[in-house]
Amino acid sequence: MTASARYSAAAPLSGGAQYPEPIEPTELDGADSLHAVDEPIPFDVDAIRADFPILERTAGDRPLVYLDSANTSQKPRCVVEAIEDHYLSHNANVARAMHLLGAEATEAFESSRAVLAEFVGAASSDELVFTKNASEALNLCAYTLGAGLRPGDEIVVSVMEHHSNIVPWQLLAERTGATLRWFDVTEDGRLDLAGGLAAGLLNERTRVVSVTAVSNVLGTVNPVAEIAAAAHAYGATVVVDASQAVPQMPVDVQALGADLVAFTGHKMVGPTGIGVLWGRYDLLAALPPFLGGGEMIETVKMTGSTFAPPPHRFEAGTPPIAQAVGLAAAARYLTAIGMDQVAAHEQAITAYALQGLATVPGLRVLGPAEPVDRGGAISFTLVAADGSQIHPHDVSQLLDGRGIAVRGGHHCARPLHERFGVQSSTRASSYLYTTEAEIDALVDALGYTVSFFSRPARPVGRRPPR
Amino acid sequence: MNPEDLYQEIILDHYRAKHHSGLREPYEAEVHHVNPSCGDEVTLRVHVDGDTVTDVSYEGMGCSISQASTSVMSDLVIGRSVHDGLELHAEFLAMMQSRGAVDADALEDRLEDGIAFAGVAKFPARVKCALLGWSAFKDAALRTGATSATQP
Repeated sequence: MTASARYSAAAPLSGGAQYPEPIEPTELDGADSLHAVDEPIPFDVDAIRADFPILERTAGDRPLVYLDSANTSQKPRCVVEAIEDHYLSHNANVARAMHLLGAEATEAFESSRAVLAEFVGAASSDELVFTKNASEALNLCAYTLGAGLRPGDEIVVSVMEHHSNIVPWQLLAERTGATLRWFDVTEDGRLDLAGGLAAGLLNERTRVVSVTAVSNVLGTVNPVAEIAAAAHAYGATVVVDASQAVPQMPVDVQALGADLVAFTGHKMVGPTGIGVLWGRYDLLAALPPFLGGGEMIETVKMTGSTFAPPPHRFEAGTPPIAQAVGLAAAARYLTAIGMDQVAAHEQAITAYALQGLATVPGLRVLGPAEPVDRGGAISFTLVAADGSQIHPHDVSQLLDGRGIAVRGGHHCARPLHERFGVQSSTRASSYLYTTEAEIDALVDALGYTVSFFSRPARPVGRRPPR
Repeated sequence: MNPEDLYQEIILDHYRAKHHSGLREPYEAEVHHVNPSCGDEVTLRVHVDGDTVTDVSYEGMGCSISQASTSVMSDLVIGRSVHDGLELHAEFLAMMQSRGAVDADALEDRLEDGIAFAGVAKFPARVKCALLGWSAFKDAALRTGATSATQP
C-alpha cells in the first residue's frame, strides 16, 4: 500500500465536516455562468484595446507599446470592476462565516471555480484547486507526487522548462533520491521527443513526466498528448505547465491527456495572486495534503488530523477569494471574445512579428522561425555591426526609451539559454490587444538599437591601459 | 531622462574596448560575482605587491554598463594602494546610490571616467549593473589579505 492510499476518496469521512457544496458549471445561470456575456464580442483589436485603459498611456510623447504579455498580461476594465464589486459589496471569508456576506462570498468563490472548470473543460468543479500562482501549483504536484518516490525512480522534464518546472523537481529528487532527467530541444527549438524516446528517456523507472505546453521563451507548442501517451505507457504521472497555453489558445484539460495541469491567472487577463491546478479527481483524491492549515482539514485533534477531500484538501488557509472572482471575470471575457479568435490573432500577429524581425540586421530568433505550432513569445539575440552581442538589458533600455516594454534576461529559463549558447535574450510577447503598428514600432526601434551600438570605439581613459 | 543620456560615449567606448580585460597570473585572490536578476557575471582577480594593487584582471559577461564600469574601475585602482582602491569603491557606491543627486563634476578628480555613470544612478534597475565589477574588486581586495585593506 502506498503512503498516498490513506487519502483515498473511498475512505468515509468520519467527522461529518461541512465543506461548501460543489457548484457545477451546469448549475450556473445568468451573470454567474462562463457564458454570461450574451453578445459575443467581435474580434476587433481597436475595440478590445478600449477595454484596457492602461493601453491608452503614453511614455513621453510616444504611445506605450506593451510587448511583455508572456510576463504578465494587462487587465480589462471588467476584471478590475468584478474585483472592486466583490470587495465593496460581498466581502467576507469563505466556507466558515455563517452570515449573509459569508454565504455570498462562498457562493462567489465556488461559482468562480465552476467557471474556470468549464473554461478548461474539467469534468467537475472538484477537479480545480486554487493556488497562489502556477509555481505553487507545480510545487504542490512535486510535493504530493513525491510521497511515493524512492531512489532509482526517475522524474523527466525538458530543458525548455521555466525554473518553476525544474527547481521543485530538483528539490524532490534531492529529498527522495530519485533521478531528474530531461528532454533536449532541437536546434530550431522543438522538444526532441523522438531523440528522447530513442535514448530510453522514458522507461519503467519513470514515475513523473512534467513538461510545458508552450515554451515561455521559444514559443514552441509541445505535443503534450503524444508525450502523455508515451509516459502513460510506462505508468508515469503526467504534469503539464500550461501557464503560457491557457491564455493563448483553447485548452481542454481532458484532451491534453495529462493528469495534472497548472496555470496562472495573471497571464490570462486575470489578477495576480491566483493560480490553478487541475487534476483528475481520482488522482487528486489519492494525493496527500500539501500545505497544512485551516480549510484543508476534516477533524483536528492534538493526536492527529484527517483531511478534506479535493479540492479543499489543497487549499489551506483563506484562499484568494477576490482573485478567484476576478479570474472568473477574465474567463468570461475571453470566452465572449472566443479563445479560437484569441488564438487566431496570436498566430497572425506572431507571423507578422517574425516577418518584421527577420528584417533587423544581426537578429537571431531563438525557437521556431515559422508561425507553426508556435505561441506568441519571441525571444532573440542581437549583434552589433562588429559582431559583438548587444546585451538584452541594453536592448530593453533603449526600447524603453521609446515606450516599448519587452523583457531582457534569461526569462527564468537559464538552462534553455545555456543550451543555445547564449547568456540571455530579449523577449517580445504579444496578446489579444497587440497591433501591427506596435510590431512596426518594435522593429523600427530594434534597427535603431543596432545602429546605436554599432558606432566605432574611440580611445578613452585618462590613463592608457597597461 | 533619455537612455541615450545614460549611454554616454565614454561608457560605450569602454564597453567596446575594455581595459585590462582577460584573466592573468599572478594573483592573490579570485572571486566570481553574479547578478541573479539578469545573469550577468564576472570572474575577477587582484594581484597585490605589498599594499599596492599591481593588477586587476577579469572576464565577464554582461551588459554595456557592467562591462564598461569594470573597465573604468580597473583603470582607476591599478597602481593605487588597496586602501585607496577601497575608498574609491565607497565613493563610487555613494554616487550610484544618490539617484543622480550629486555634482558629478566635483567627483571627477577622484572617479575620472567613472563620473560617466552618474546618469545610471537615475535608473535604479541598472545600478546593480554598474556595481558588479566594483563589488567584485572590493571582495577580492579584502581577500588578498593586503595589510592596508583592513587599516583605516
